[in-house]
Amino acid sequence: MFVLKIIIRNTLRHKLRTALTILGLALAVMAFGLIRTFITAWYAGAEASAPDRLVTRNAVSIIFPLPLAYKEQIEKIEGIKQVTYATWFGGIYIDPQNFFANFAVDHNTFFRVFPEYIIPADQLEAFESERKAVIVGRKLADRFGWKMGDQIALIGTIFPGDWDFIIRGIYVGRDPSVDETAFMFHWDYIDETMRQTMPPRAGQVGWYALRINNPDRAAEISETIDARFDNSLAETLTETEKAFQLSFIQMAGTIIAGLQVVSGLIIGVILLVLANTMAMSARERTPEYAYLKTVGFRPFHLTGLIVGESLFIAGWGGLLGLGLLFAVSKPIGVAVSVFFPVFNIQPVTVLLSALAALLVGIAAALFPTFRAARMRIVDGLRVVE
Amino acid sequence: MIPISYSVRNLFSRKITTALTVLGIALVVFVFAAEMMLSSGLKKTLVATGSDDNVVVIRKASQTELTSILQRDQAEVVAAEPEIAQGTDGSPLLAKEIYVLINLPKRKNDETSNVVVRGVNAKSMELRPQVKLIAGRMWQAGLSEIIAGKSVAERFKGCGLGETVRFGARDWTVVGIFEAGATAFNSELWGDIDQMMSAFDRPVYSSLTFRIKDLALFESMKSRLESDPRLPLELKREKTYYAEQSRAMSSFIGIMGTVISIVFSLGAIVGAMITMYAAVANRTKEIGTLRSLGFSRFSILRTFLLESVIISLAGGILGLIAANFLGLVQVSTTNWDTFSEIAFNFSITPQIIYSSLIFAIIMGLVGGFLPAVRASRLKIVESLRAV
Amino acid sequence: MSEPIVTLRNVAKSYYRDSLEIPVLTDIDLEIPAGEFLALMGPSGSGKTTLLNLLAGIDRPSSGEVIVAGENIAKLSEAALAKWRSRHIGLVFQFYNLIPVLTAYENVELPLLLTGLSKKERQEHVGTALSIVGLADRMQHYPRQLSGGQEQRVAIARAIVSDPTLILADEPTGDLDKHSAEEIMTLLSRLNSEYKKTIIVVTHDPRAAEKARVRKHLDKGELT
Repeated sequence: MFVLKIIIRNTLRHKLRTALTILGLALAVMAFGLIRTFITAWYAGAEASAPDRLVTRNAVSIIFPLPLAYKEQIEKIEGIKQVTYATWFGGIYIDPQNFFANFAVDHNTFFRVFPEYIIPADQLEAFESERKAVIVGRKLADRFGWKMGDQIALIGTIFPGDWDFIIRGIYVGRDPSVDETAFMFHWDYIDETMRQTMPPRAGQVGWYALRINNPDRAAEISETIDARFDNSLAETLTETEKAFQLSFIQMAGTIIAGLQVVSGLIIGVILLVLANTMAMSARERTPEYAYLKTVGFRPFHLTGLIVGESLFIAGWGGLLGLGLLFAVSKPIGVAVSVFFPVFNIQPVTVLLSALAALLVGIAAALFPTFRAARMRIVDGLRVVE
Repeated sequence: MIPISYSVRNLFSRKITTALTVLGIALVVFVFAAEMMLSSGLKKTLVATGSDDNVVVIRKASQTELTSILQRDQAEVVAAEPEIAQGTDGSPLLAKEIYVLINLPKRKNDETSNVVVRGVNAKSMELRPQVKLIAGRMWQAGLSEIIAGKSVAERFKGCGLGETVRFGARDWTVVGIFEAGATAFNSELWGDIDQMMSAFDRPVYSSLTFRIKDLALFESMKSRLESDPRLPLELKREKTYYAEQSRAMSSFIGIMGTVISIVFSLGAIVGAMITMYAAVANRTKEIGTLRSLGFSRFSILRTFLLESVIISLAGGILGLIAANFLGLVQVSTTNWDTFSEIAFNFSITPQIIYSSLIFAIIMGLVGGFLPAVRASRLKIVESLRAV
Repeated sequence: MSEPIVTLRNVAKSYYRDSLEIPVLTDIDLEIPAGEFLALMGPSGSGKTTLLNLLAGIDRPSSGEVIVAGENIAKLSEAALAKWRSRHIGLVFQFYNLIPVLTAYENVELPLLLTGLSKKERQEHVGTALSIVGLADRMQHYPRQLSGGQEQRVAIARAIVSDPTLILADEPTGDLDKHSAEEIMTLLSRLNSEYKKTIIVVTHDPRAAEKARVRKHLDKGELT
């Protein structure tokens, strides 16, 4: 293809300039991809939610507990397959910097409502039969070098005191979108202690998680549950797991919005770098473009050359940028695993990055193309750079 | 030395390229400054929330009022300590408060967010002189009445003057609006502690705040109380307590901002390099001429570095001007340490201005360095022969 | 006498700068028979390049008729003019204007890309053109690998490859040393005498003009 041949040779006229342009583009595409990956990681929890799970919490605030007595009543409601409960423990492992999510759960039912946590049968059995047993996620265990049988101590904050546990199981996620950094132990362990030290706080759970038989009936069942506890001391709010997750994500809504803005600005940087290079190249070749016009080449021929070159460079920049993105996302994912247990590059991100490179390739060529097309031959020939 | 005007005029002769490069740098400086302004605004709001002489008492290891629980008898023990200053009525200037989170819908859409409800007493007002009632009145004892911080009143449904908001199985009327400078209290609802304790069925306190007679006494009082086995307490100076509140968010913003700025700046530096290399290539003959007239290699180096710095400085100033307008924007987000909504502004400080300009200059120096070196090392004879 | 290949009637051209009218050519009448070798001479600023541009169809007159090969090109649209140029004009410039990233062969081939010729046919034409100018052995060289005189010869090959009606040259020897200049003018002369090409050269160099058969002078926009 003659046109491709010319385009490639044109980019090689100033090898350093082309290399720098591609580098600049690659860096910006990588940054764009990274930011989008942060944003999608934020929503990972909501994306991973099961359509057949509901969450029931205290209507006033998640901070307030619900009575354990509710469990029996919820189980009686038609359409409910399995009910479990959990309480946010908020324990500290040695130092607050070592933050990870830890929960007290109903050891008999929890893993039946959350089948995406995969545990060997013998480990699950060991967990269920020991009061101080705990099951931890694989990534969490790797982070601190924990092994089966290790004794782990947490400092309680919401439930004051020192609490010790023994690891009886390590779970893995069913697919990459499942969080592998959680720490689950027996709710009975807390309740037992509360009954002795702070009786008013016994018999209370943080929230209920339920599996229903038919996801289409989610709204209906939610209403039924909330109606049951309307006007009682602890009114409930039941919603799909996705809605529940989203309400937390929304807490960082401002930051996410800020990141969206920044990712847009990055496109601006990409555009400026490439537009600068294209403008310079086009200017230097003005007499050549003028000559081509004298021979009889039409503006659309020139457009093809300029846009072609721009897309060629943008294409390489985009490819290199995506390559860098994949290389860099693994170590970054490990570094931020405290904030983002799941940190994967989504196909959508790759698509958007490629689209960005494409659009920038076209946009950067617009002005030089316009100028070359409109240039009067005599003016172009007269130019001496 | 070659006069500066030579550099300036050359920049003007290649308007488009210069403009594009300046814009690129402006963009980077804008993001850099914005991120710093965000952090500083957050810190300013939280730090301003604390008074110098106030001390906060919470349960040991609870980190925030949110998870702290203090029993009545523990509170009485602390209230009897000698270091506590005296209030206007002669009794110890110590406030017992409860701190609860509720979920309220915003005015602008139906999204809900957590809002702090603080149960206070008269001493609380005295301890916080920066809190002033700007509309309505204080609540009357025994009634379901509350006052709302300016920020909450503006952004949440039912929290305006005269409106009603529901929580704790009761309807509360907002009888007053208060303002508390640029502090976290603006994002809170305040009410009578006895009413709150009964509504939430919580016969315990979240925290105590008192004024210490003399700051010099703080350390000894802290170690004495904290080592008492009957009292699982922690004492913090109010300013320290609030500064720590923003730790998670500040460090996150800081890290994200730094990473983003570095990557952005690399892009801008590459852009500057491309521009400067092209400038050198186009003026090869000129450079040869200047050298043959007697100008030294160093003067050539200086000229091109200067051009690069002028571009980046112009971009830096432009970026700062744009960032300045961010000061008009109010940001509200959920504080990850306290789980509650906090509102603050982007705040620009002289330090941020200096840092941004220095950052811009460094980008110009780094981007322009190699091209300038190349320009200075051109051989005279060859450059004169260039077309 | 057969129809002249070029006729200019009442041609005038002015430029406008800040609403000020600057006349460059006034009341030009000119007839050029086919097979002519004409040198247009005059001091700088006399408008000779402008006149050449009008003949080449790369500029339009402010008034008057420019008739080449029976067609008044002043009336053609941009698109039609472009097509017309590709068929009728071969241009040679003072600074060669070769595309630096194309070899001598590819540079000469350029005008043919606008025709419908097959690759083989193009090869034949290019080979012929380069042989005529004596550079067949340098086909694969890039412009930077050629001397000034050789570059100009490539440019001439490029100008004749599509067998145009007119060959127009603007100061073709302006950037060359005496020896190369001599070579170029001899080549043009050969093209005229052996191959019967109509050639119009704009130059201020009297030695170059010597090789032409007819000389006309342009002074302050008027032809003598």
